Amino acid sequence: MIPLLLILIPVVSAILTFFLKNGNAAKNWALIASTATLIVGLYALCPVCKLEFDATWLPLLGSRFSLSLDGLSKMLVLLTAISFPVVFASTYNNEYKQSNAFYGLMLLTQAGLMGVFLASDCLLFYFFWELALIPVYFLCSIWGGEKRIAVTFKFFVYTFVGSLLMLIGILYLYFQTPDHSFAIKSFYALKLSASQQNLAFWLFFIAFAIKMPIFPLHTWQPDAYEQSPTAVTMILSGVMVKMGIYAVIRWLIPIFPSATVKYADIIIIASVIGMIYASLIAIKQDDVKRLVAYSSIAHIGLMSAVLFSLKTIGWNGVMIQMFNHGINVIGLWIVADAIEQKLGTRKFSELGGLAQKAPVLAILLVVLAFANVALPLTNAFVGEFLMFNGLFQYNFWIAGVAGISIILGAVYTLNMVQKIFYGQTVPATQNALEIKGNVQFVLIILVLVIIGFGVYPQPMIDLTKHIHP
Amino acid sequence: MNAIILSALCGVVMMFSGILLKNKSAIKYVAIAALLVLIIGNLFQFYGIYTIDIDSKGLLSFDRTGLFFNTIIFVATLAYFILSGSDIERAGPDVAEYFALIFFVLCGVTILTSFNGLLMFFIGIEILSIPLYILTGSDKKNLKSNEASLKYFLMGSFSTGILLMGITLIYGATGSFGLQSTTIKSAVTGFSSAGILAPVGLVLLFISMCFKVSAAPFHFWAPDVYDGAPSVFTSFMATIVKAAGFFAFIKLFAAKSEDFGPGPAWKLILFVIIVATLFIGNITAVFQQSVKRMLAYSSIAQAGFMLFALYSTNDFTKDGILLYTAAYSFATIGIFSILTKMEDYSLDGFNGLSKSQPVLAFTNTVFFLSLSGIPLTAGFFAKYYMLASAIKGGGSLSLVIIAVLFAAVSVYYYFKVIQAMYFKEGVAATNTPITGNFKVALIVLAAIIVILGIYPTALLGFYYF
Repeated sequence: MIPLLLILIPVVSAILTFFLKNGNAAKNWALIASTATLIVGLYALCPVCKLEFDATWLPLLGSRFSLSLDGLSKMLVLLTAISFPVVFASTYNNEYKQSNAFYGLMLLTQAGLMGVFLASDCLLFYFFWELALIPVYFLCSIWGGEKRIAVTFKFFVYTFVGSLLMLIGILYLYFQTPDHSFAIKSFYALKLSASQQNLAFWLFFIAFAIKMPIFPLHTWQPDAYEQSPTAVTMILSGVMVKMGIYAVIRWLIPIFPSATVKYADIIIIASVIGMIYASLIAIKQDDVKRLVAYSSIAHIGLMSAVLFSLKTIGWNGVMIQMFNHGINVIGLWIVADAIEQKLGTRKFSELGGLAQKAPVLAILLVVLAFANVALPLTNAFVGEFLMFNGLFQYNFWIAGVAGISIILGAVYTLNMVQKIFYGQTVPATQNALEIKGNVQFVLIILVLVIIGFGVYPQPMIDLTKHIHP
Repeated sequence: MNAIILSALCGVVMMFSGILLKNKSAIKYVAIAALLVLIIGNLFQFYGIYTIDIDSKGLLSFDRTGLFFNTIIFVATLAYFILSGSDIERAGPDVAEYFALIFFVLCGVTILTSFNGLLMFFIGIEILSIPLYILTGSDKKNLKSNEASLKYFLMGSFSTGILLMGITLIYGATGSFGLQSTTIKSAVTGFSSAGILAPVGLVLLFISMCFKVSAAPFHFWAPDVYDGAPSVFTSFMATIVKAAGFFAFIKLFAAKSEDFGPGPAWKLILFVIIVATLFIGNITAVFQQSVKRMLAYSSIAQAGFMLFALYSTNDFTKDGILLYTAAYSFATIGIFSILTKMEDYSLDGFNGLSKSQPVLAFTNTVFFLSLSGIPLTAGFFAKYYMLASAIKGGGSLSLVIIAVLFAAVSVYYYFKVIQAMYFKEGVAATNTPITGNFKVALIVLAAIIVILGIYPTALLGFYYF
């Protein structure tokens, strides 16, 4: 029942939100609903509850509405459950035209994401995969920046092509199953020949690679992040990119073990190229949003490379890092949004000396920046350490090249901190004010999570040990 | 048999209602009532109650699939009457006759779902086509409408000629109009001097059917005719008539494909036709500025997907064509009913519709999402079944991948309308005030599409249980 609630609460509250008239009512309602989901999500962490749900859905096709929660799902469900109230609270002061539609679509996105992380039936998984995309298309196209229509459409077409290829893959596997079922167990039990695996592997992988995104399929991402309203960008980079990685762990590698080994090198090399390339571009950026976007590509590239190195310790790192990256990147976006809302610009060249005016924001950002470069005592350190451990076991040279991106990460992140917060105040920051109320509160919570899991990461490591779909 | 007789009778009733009733909307209500009678009559037979039973000496045979298809077509027509009835009233002075002609088309449809030989098949096609020539030209003062009607008539007669030629050759080879596969099989496989007649006849039959369903390269008439005909009748032609044509096409060739197929040559021909249809339909639609013309090309593109049902015949095919008919017809009827209310048919004419008419914009979005095959709409399962049947057939993964890439192209032009409605500023104007009833009907139709998208068993359950 709990897995069903995790989807049902967002869906029902989304539908109700559409009918609310007053702007603030929609806001509050979305906040309440997402907090309720968070409470259920926290309850789902308990190790003894029954965490499966199964109902008839499409008997003619052999697809069932079945959901289940293991350690991997729990981690991402928790991330999704935390992200939405955080996003709603931190952007509480932003005003949207037709706010009821905005918050309704946001909650629908949450339902889609939850479904992706919970589904243990492949057709159901595909349904939620698409359900998470459609509301985002409307969110970005209606409330986004100037170039929003073209940019969002590019994003949509990219991911839609990927999804359709995946659908072919799903159907192809479906007809290979002896009992004609979409259940994950039937898919795992498949005995596919090498050539079948090689074909279907790419049908699935392209969809996941676009979503992550992995070089060279990443071109939709920086534009989409920049043009989306910040609340949506937080979800896109904090939670949505994890869909791709999750799907690789849950579906791709277990179903196509031999094809994975065969193509691992190509994918790892593409991922590492993407890391270095994105880091180098990030150094040249003058816009906070674009910088975080490219930094995000670099982080995801590392996760993907470690995934395909197929080392247990690396995988544990990836699972932890999925959660941590989500928290850290949402924190960075909140800071970026706070700066843009207060000062009207996101360009470093127009900012400087903000620390004198807003010391609390500066301290919080410095912690977030340290987490972004994975310094010890921040949550990201543990994950990154485990990931590099796995990558070194796989290949020394690849790990070495990937390591360069850590240095580059420190360069662009600290450069950003320095340019925005230190140095002389400039006209734009002359009259800047400290962050207050909700934004401060949310950021402090995130920073506490970062430090908390940095000092004591054991609960997360324990969670990654329970993977049994 | 119920549906054939009743639809013909309804047509006659409608003709007389024009003499007896002077009020135009009264005629519309008579038509809706007549259609309800037709639906009930058909359902009676579907559930095994034969109210009217005439011995057709084996020329007609009724099966559940055909009767169920009839039901879908009638329900789609009902949606069409309810949504576009007032537009039919405004289409011209002879309202009763338009309704009568539509009922005659339905009569043709019912024959096409139950023919048991080439003779009845031919009669069905003709009964279906001739009223359409008149409806296309019903806007007598409009030159484009006249041109479309003439073009349609000439091209249609030409393809009928080819059809007749094919039937003649098959008759010559087998000595019967029947569809019994053994006779044709012996004629095809024999390949004696008489044996060549049957394959040639079948190819001619195939070409003329490709023409009727506007599959490339026999599609050239479709955009002009769909564009030239009054929008309200384009809606009917592009959905109900087209779906019926497909059903007949599949009924005819599914029986035959066992004989000379699924041989490699047969598959190759279909492969080329499907890819050409998808290519021409989708790529040309991208460049259209008029939504009406875009829909004409989109209907060619959708035909490409429906042709999948011919490519591989298995248990998915039947469900697929039933779902596709419902999904495609409902969505397109909805879109056209909104389109005919618009002042400006160009893409820019839809700018800002979400502000001026939120209900219209929202339902239109659902319809377009369904046409693009997005999950949670009926269009997804329609495409799903078609792809599944092709993959199940085996060895045609390349065709499926090509089709999927074109489906992604179709998203481009369908979403242009959504973008215009929601993301662009403008004052989309309607040419008539939008009534509350119209909005309710649209919402019901959109709800049906979403329900079928979440739970397609709702439709197929009737068929199976």
